[in-house]
Amino acid sequence: MTTKANLPTEECATCPVHNAAALHKLGVDMTDFDFVVALAGNPNTGKSTVFNALTGLRQHTGNWPGKTVTRAEGGFEYADSKFKIVDLPGTYSLLATSMDEEVARDFILFGQPDVTIVVVDATRLERNLNLVLQVLEITNRVVVALNLMDEARRHGIQVDERRLARDLGVPVVPMSARQSEGIPELLQAVSEVAKGETVGKPYMVKYDSPELKKAVTQLTSKIEAAYPDLPNARWVALRLLDGDDRIGEALRKGELGDLTYGDIEARSAQLQVIGNQ
Amino acid sequence: MTTQTTSPDDILATAQALRWEVGVDFHEKLMEAMYTDAAQIADRAVIRPEGKQRFDFDRTLDRILTSRVWGFPLMLVLLMIVFWLTISGANVPSAFLANILLDTVHPLLKEFGAMIGMPWWLSGFLFDGMYLATAWVISVMLPPMAIFFPLFTLLEDFGYLPRVAFNLDNMFRKAGAHGKQALSMTMGFGCNAAGVVATRIIDSPRERLIAIITNNFALCNGRWPTQILIASLFVGALVPPALAGMVSAMAVVGIALLGVFLTFLTSRFLSKTWLKGEVSTFSLELPPYRPPRIWQTIYTSVIDRTLIVLWRAITFALPAGAVLWLAANVTIAGSSIAEYLINFLNPFGLLLGLNGVILVAYIVAIPANEIVIPTIMMLTVLVTGVSGVGEGAGVMFELDSGAQTMALFKAGGWTLLTAVNLMLFSLIHNPCSTTIYTIFKETGSKKWTWIASLAPVFMGFAVTFVVAQVWRLIQGIL
Repeated sequence: MTTKANLPTEECATCPVHNAAALHKLGVDMTDFDFVVALAGNPNTGKSTVFNALTGLRQHTGNWPGKTVTRAEGGFEYADSKFKIVDLPGTYSLLATSMDEEVARDFILFGQPDVTIVVVDATRLERNLNLVLQVLEITNRVVVALNLMDEARRHGIQVDERRLARDLGVPVVPMSARQSEGIPELLQAVSEVAKGETVGKPYMVKYDSPELKKAVTQLTSKIEAAYPDLPNARWVALRLLDGDDRIGEALRKGELGDLTYGDIEARSAQLQVIGNQ
Repeated sequence: MTTQTTSPDDILATAQALRWEVGVDFHEKLMEAMYTDAAQIADRAVIRPEGKQRFDFDRTLDRILTSRVWGFPLMLVLLMIVFWLTISGANVPSAFLANILLDTVHPLLKEFGAMIGMPWWLSGFLFDGMYLATAWVISVMLPPMAIFFPLFTLLEDFGYLPRVAFNLDNMFRKAGAHGKQALSMTMGFGCNAAGVVATRIIDSPRERLIAIITNNFALCNGRWPTQILIASLFVGALVPPALAGMVSAMAVVGIALLGVFLTFLTSRFLSKTWLKGEVSTFSLELPPYRPPRIWQTIYTSVIDRTLIVLWRAITFALPAGAVLWLAANVTIAGSSIAEYLINFLNPFGLLLGLNGVILVAYIVAIPANEIVIPTIMMLTVLVTGVSGVGEGAGVMFELDSGAQTMALFKAGGWTLLTAVNLMLFSLIHNPCSTTIYTIFKETGSKKWTWIASLAPVFMGFAVTFVVAQVWRLIQGIL
């Protein structure tokens, strides 16, 4: 992993002019990437617009939900690191009840992205947060892109992004991808999370009922004992209690044991497997 | 820690046991907890505008665009405007391109061939076959696409498509299909292969299959030019010139609507017979209206759609032009292969109110609907032996004025019935080979791929047959 020495100085880092210059859009050239970034979010929040802004690709964007049903991939270079970015289908949840939800969840879970950007619609924050909370249960390597800020302003809605970041425990970047606002700030946040300079302390949904709490705790500790390196034992426990067959199967096949941040080759191989499915 | 506690089976057994304890409403409890927390966090972070709601543009517009009374008429008017702009705007650049590519470059190429001493068959094969086919596709398809796609993309970018889906949702559900089929159908208006892939947004396999099979009834890029050309030549000619553009646009919209109607009909039939089942519910989100980014939209729709579709048409037109030239010039016992084929299919074609030429063209055009019209024109010259238009057997050409094209069709024995039935058959026939392959990939079933490919052809035969018989009956009475 690169050290701080390679990064620009503090003053430079906050200057959008510098950052914009530091972004090299690599289009579909994804050779020798250092980090994998997943792009998740509800339908129609502008994921593809963010994707295009970062990669310089021109994936067709459209103002309607469900436009992206498969994954699109691209690359960019920022602060001396190469990033591979994967645009996932827009979903409201990660419960894998339909094909697009399954594609998104499998990637976040088994693809082990270094950073997951969750694009949320600033004008419909409450509903969008459901997905954010679900992603936070799987991984703490999350950046929330608070998109469509221009529309929020148009409707007179203000969002206190600092408060939101504090509550969620991960970086929140207000932006308007259509107007190319906030892209440099997003890149900076993504780069920091990827390099481990920012470590999220994600918010965990509180399950108040005592029997629920007891069951979750009991199963979680069992899973933690079996897989000490698993970053999301509690989430696995919740899925098993919810009767999620796919996760049970992954456990039986020993796939969950691999869910630790291994070396890049092993993960590339995993990405290939998911890509071929 | 003992080894037993670490085995996956043990974890699963524990989970199974605990599931009894947490109760059947565990899932609801999870969701409830999540929604509560999400609401709390959002509430702390969002400051809503104080006082009275200002005039809400989106809501007012939605009230009109999705209203029971105005939703449908407005949808038709918007479609009409788009087609009218396309039809009336495409003429001039189309003639301009034809002038350059066909009247100027083609003779130059022929001259060049003669100069370097090319044998007649090579220059015929290259310049009269491959080059002309490609040039025709460019001059006829590029202008309407360059107008139609940006307009359509602007509507899409603005956020109108989900409103169309909203308006149609109820009708799809009544037909026993999924409301989201309205979205995959709308995608199909661009390209059926893309529409078939877009059905992935539909969760239930039953409803997804219905959406895949019926997607072919959404007129695609390859077929819009055929509809537009035939409508402006035959239907537009029925009225005074001032009204021609509008009436032609109405005819095209009429065919498109017939396609939507057939989508409902087929969906209903399938959901009552082989694909019975419950209609699933879903919530359709109406996204906010966004001011379309005009230049970006024009740029991306030209790059993404126009050029890609055009490229596809060209790659199919090149070999098709070559094959057609050969079919028209290789003779057995005094007649060319093409003539044998046309004469063989002619009786059946006439029964359907079409002719042998049109049927041969549809066989040639299985890889790409885009080349139907060039093929028809070339073959018509061949069988009628019209002199003075075109340049001889096996040459695909563009006639730069509508009147000349008409003269050619008339010489080929075309009537208004032929034109109407060609428009109908263009809507109702097998999907192109790309779409068929996509259907196979998406369904993984040979059976359903066969059904999706052949059912429309037979429906097309049935519809054109009935129209032809009724038409002739009425003509006989008059």
